[in-house]
Amino acid sequence: MTHHNETISSLREAFIAGTDTPSAALERAFAVITERDPDVHAYLEVYEHARDAAREADAAYGRGEYADRPLLGIPVALKNNILMKGTRATAGSRMLENYVATYDATVTARLVAAGAIVVGATNLDEFAMGSSTENSAFGPTKNPLDTSRVPGGSSGGSAAAVAMGSVPVALGTDTGGSIRLPASFCGLVGMKPTYGRVSRSGLIAMGSSLDQAGPFAHTVSDVRTIMQVIQGQDPLDATTYRDDEYPAVPVKQTYTVGVPRAFLKGIEPDVLRVFEEAEETLRAAGHTIVDVELPMMEEGLAAYYIVMPAEVSSNLARYDGVRYGLHVEGKDLITEYGASRAAGFGKEVKRRILLGTYVLSSGYYDAYYGRAERIRAVMREELASVFASVDCILTPTAPMPAFRVGEKSDPLSMYLTDIFTVPANLTGVPAISVPAGSVSREGNTLPIGIQFMAPHNGEDRLYDIAERFVGE
Amino acid sequence: MKIEDVQHLATLSRIALTDEELAAYAAEMDSILEYVDHVKKLSLGEREAVVPPHANPLRDDVPTHEPGTYSDAIIAAFPKKVGRLALVKRILGNSHDPS
Repeated sequence: MTHHNETISSLREAFIAGTDTPSAALERAFAVITERDPDVHAYLEVYEHARDAAREADAAYGRGEYADRPLLGIPVALKNNILMKGTRATAGSRMLENYVATYDATVTARLVAAGAIVVGATNLDEFAMGSSTENSAFGPTKNPLDTSRVPGGSSGGSAAAVAMGSVPVALGTDTGGSIRLPASFCGLVGMKPTYGRVSRSGLIAMGSSLDQAGPFAHTVSDVRTIMQVIQGQDPLDATTYRDDEYPAVPVKQTYTVGVPRAFLKGIEPDVLRVFEEAEETLRAAGHTIVDVELPMMEEGLAAYYIVMPAEVSSNLARYDGVRYGLHVEGKDLITEYGASRAAGFGKEVKRRILLGTYVLSSGYYDAYYGRAERIRAVMREELASVFASVDCILTPTAPMPAFRVGEKSDPLSMYLTDIFTVPANLTGVPAISVPAGSVSREGNTLPIGIQFMAPHNGEDRLYDIAERFVGE
Repeated sequence: MKIEDVQHLATLSRIALTDEELAAYAAEMDSILEYVDHVKKLSLGEREAVVPPHANPLRDDVPTHEPGTYSDAIIAAFPKKVGRLALVKRILGNSHDPS
């Protein structure tokens, strides 16, 4: 009855054969949401008007007009920091609770042009700041596999929407792991594309040199299908690159996979066991595993907690209560700014704005931001030299399985859930998380993901090794 | 970090914080800064002085859409407005005016 075992290709085949219709698939999505979402809270809003688009898709299949729309009738969900014209884009914040998007994000426009049916908007940590989706102003999302646990974040709503079987695919955004971490915690495939491969036009900005949108799905093949629709240069985002921007990253018969062994200390022992079993699986399939050293990637992680809040404090300066968003009356303009931003932003958002303001302050800029940018450059060089001898890099996606709601109460311990995912954002390389196994916590079986990273624009290689690893 | 320092950052950030919030952030900021201060201790060797290149891709400075295409929707979002204008409190002559 659910989309649990459904994929884009299985739905499409059934739509073409006439054994299923987009309207029926959409009603199944709504039925799952009605049944599961009161406990999970993956969605902030469900679009009843999606029925109109589904009926048009029914008719198009009836007429045989589907060839040029690869996602025709496929139900999808969008993280609510991705704009869809005429619908609310809250970013999980009181600040934008009633903000209605005035245009489509490029990724939204491309999905809709390909025929996808947008079922609803999914929950997120406020402005995508968090690793658990507990920071949403509209209440936390729970992990559908164990509702006492978090789904990961910040794209936890999109991950939960797929994991609970309401949609086969959903879009998230990833600034420091916000797609890959929830994919790992919810047993899904999740991809953070190369920086600039997917347009950021119409994403509510968090860290502009780090942000990328990408898909969640049950299969690598579905991730590839969504990427083929949303990727590519966009005149509305000058950081999207041309196809010939980077050297080719070819697919191979077997791969040399680098493991930054020193980086793995401190992860939970049974998570390490799952990781080592994954290495064995890859070796048995004929791939070569070698240890690599990436000292700056390990040592320089703190640079993320300088660059990201610096960009956050700049990007969120736009929320002034004057042009759109929450407005609180005050005696003068500066009082209104302070009161509107105090009422509109939650605890974590304020924390990061303060931290970003600090590291960008006169006298501190060079010591923090300037130095963090240099560390990033060194990290990129270090990674490039390692990629001269290995085809991809393998790490766990996270040091732990899904943790309990409320378990991580101090900000620093929450930040350290991202240690394996942040390097791909700092350096711009693509990374994919795939399910590798599971561990047991308090009688529940919880999924564990592993992460492959490839050189810039190496998505095809990631799909290839990931598909072979999971046996698709 | 002292409470006055957090208050200063809050003023720069244009966020009115309560006394409780100021105290809480002052306490947390120290452990976060202790973590990020790690970047100061790293040796970057000869790359210490290298300023990473930044390339800003620029598009042609030409209109990309018909004037007025988005105006109605954007004006509709103004929290306070007079006709088609956003209404803001006066800036000159208030207590924060340095003149």
